[in-house]
Amino acid sequence: MTTTATAPQGTAGVSARARITAVPDGRGGTALPLLSGGGPVALRRTRSADPSAARVTLVGAMSAPLRGDRLAVEVRAEAGAALRVDGSAATLALPGRTAEPARYDVRLEAGEGGLLHWLPEPLISVSGSDLRQQLRAELAPGARLVVRDEQVLGRTGEEPGRLSSRLTVRRAGRPLLDQQLDFGPGAPGWDGGAALGGHRAVGQLLVVDPAWDREPPRARVLGETAVVTPLAGPAVLVTALAPDALQLRRVLDSALTFTSW
Amino acid sequence: MSVATLLLLADGRFPAGGHAHSGGVEAAVRAGRVQDAASLEEFCRSRLHTAGLTSAALASAAAAGHDPLALDEAADARTPSPALRRTARRLGRQLMRAARATWPDPELDALAAARPKGAHQPVVLGLVARSAGLGPLEAAHAAAYESVGGAATAAVRLLGLDPLDATAVLARLAAETDEVARQAEAASSKAVEDLPAASAPLLEITAEQHATWSVRLFAS
Repeated sequence: MTTTATAPQGTAGVSARARITAVPDGRGGTALPLLSGGGPVALRRTRSADPSAARVTLVGAMSAPLRGDRLAVEVRAEAGAALRVDGSAATLALPGRTAEPARYDVRLEAGEGGLLHWLPEPLISVSGSDLRQQLRAELAPGARLVVRDEQVLGRTGEEPGRLSSRLTVRRAGRPLLDQQLDFGPGAPGWDGGAALGGHRAVGQLLVVDPAWDREPPRARVLGETAVVTPLAGPAVLVTALAPDALQLRRVLDSALTFTSW
Repeated sequence: MSVATLLLLADGRFPAGGHAHSGGVEAAVRAGRVQDAASLEEFCRSRLHTAGLTSAALASAAAAGHDPLALDEAADARTPSPALRRTARRLGRQLMRAARATWPDPELDALAAARPKGAHQPVVLGLVARSAGLGPLEAAHAAAYESVGGAATAAVRLLGLDPLDATAVLARLAAETDEVARQAEAASSKAVEDLPAASAPLLEITAEQHATWSVRLFAS
């Protein structure tokens, strides 16, 4: 547990860091020598459908991040380890007492032959909230990665808060994907016809697989507002817009058929 | 800095092939998202603050002297759609050809040799600005303006929109276009990996749809 209440109520938020490290257990499975929750980010080791992989679930309907909070999650799948991290409930970005935005930083690392799934539940940007989210992944050349990132702009019928989300993936030290999305009050043009065009749920599903170094999958249109695109490296990105979280998940799930692993 | 040089570089008549591209407007018109001057303005605003900012920052960083090959790689990472990557490289090659005849410079020759199929257009634009004696801010202005100028012109042809209305859209966006150029220039001294990466989901999605059409007015 690495929670620190940084200041009395009303001035600043919570600062917390959760960490997971996965290593091969030497018997064809994956061990978790480090599993440390922090503040509102609680972790549970859960039953894995894949015997070679460990599974960790981010539990609890997180009533965070609030404005002013600083949350971080660090996940490492070392060489040869297989780890799946998922979530039990959506994360709500909520207004807080301060004008400071909340920060949520996710750092993913996968070593040679490592396999990492990062599959949290959606983030819901509640009216009046302000969240700066950053996900950075560093991959060894032979690592595989699946990342799902879903954002819902406002609860039903409300305007969203301010949400800024950057997804940066580097492989073998070179940039593979770098995308930033900005929504809500103070982000000009966020709902215009080049960006969201009135949709309230946006999602990305990234799959990195070195097996595609030789022949990447082709681009594929998945309807009016979703597409599968091969990146300039061995990876595909699914980008989808939908009216709501449920329909968004349906599209992203349909695209997960890319991987048998 | 020569203002006339900036005007020449940003002029739609500069022979760099941009007129054949709609910047995503053709697909947006088909989908009904752009139908008149008001929706064109919203489209251009969202394009400006996303793809426009990213392009302007790449151009500005190239003009500031960052390694163009590192910027080209950064542009790839910022462009998930292969159709948009192809378009950016084709436009980059056409601009390179025109610029090498206009402002000969060994730096342009080196990039053309390293990327014979074309580097991403904003990177070429920034390097061309540098070769023409322009600075990072001017390069950002040229890229930011271009991110909406071509789209507005295309809308005139696609919708039969009154050219005066399309021009008025660009005039209303002038202050924001300048602001985006200033943001891009302010970021251009950062490390390449910290440059803006603002993305436009609908541009990425519809570029792939558009690439499959058998009949279209614009190449992208």
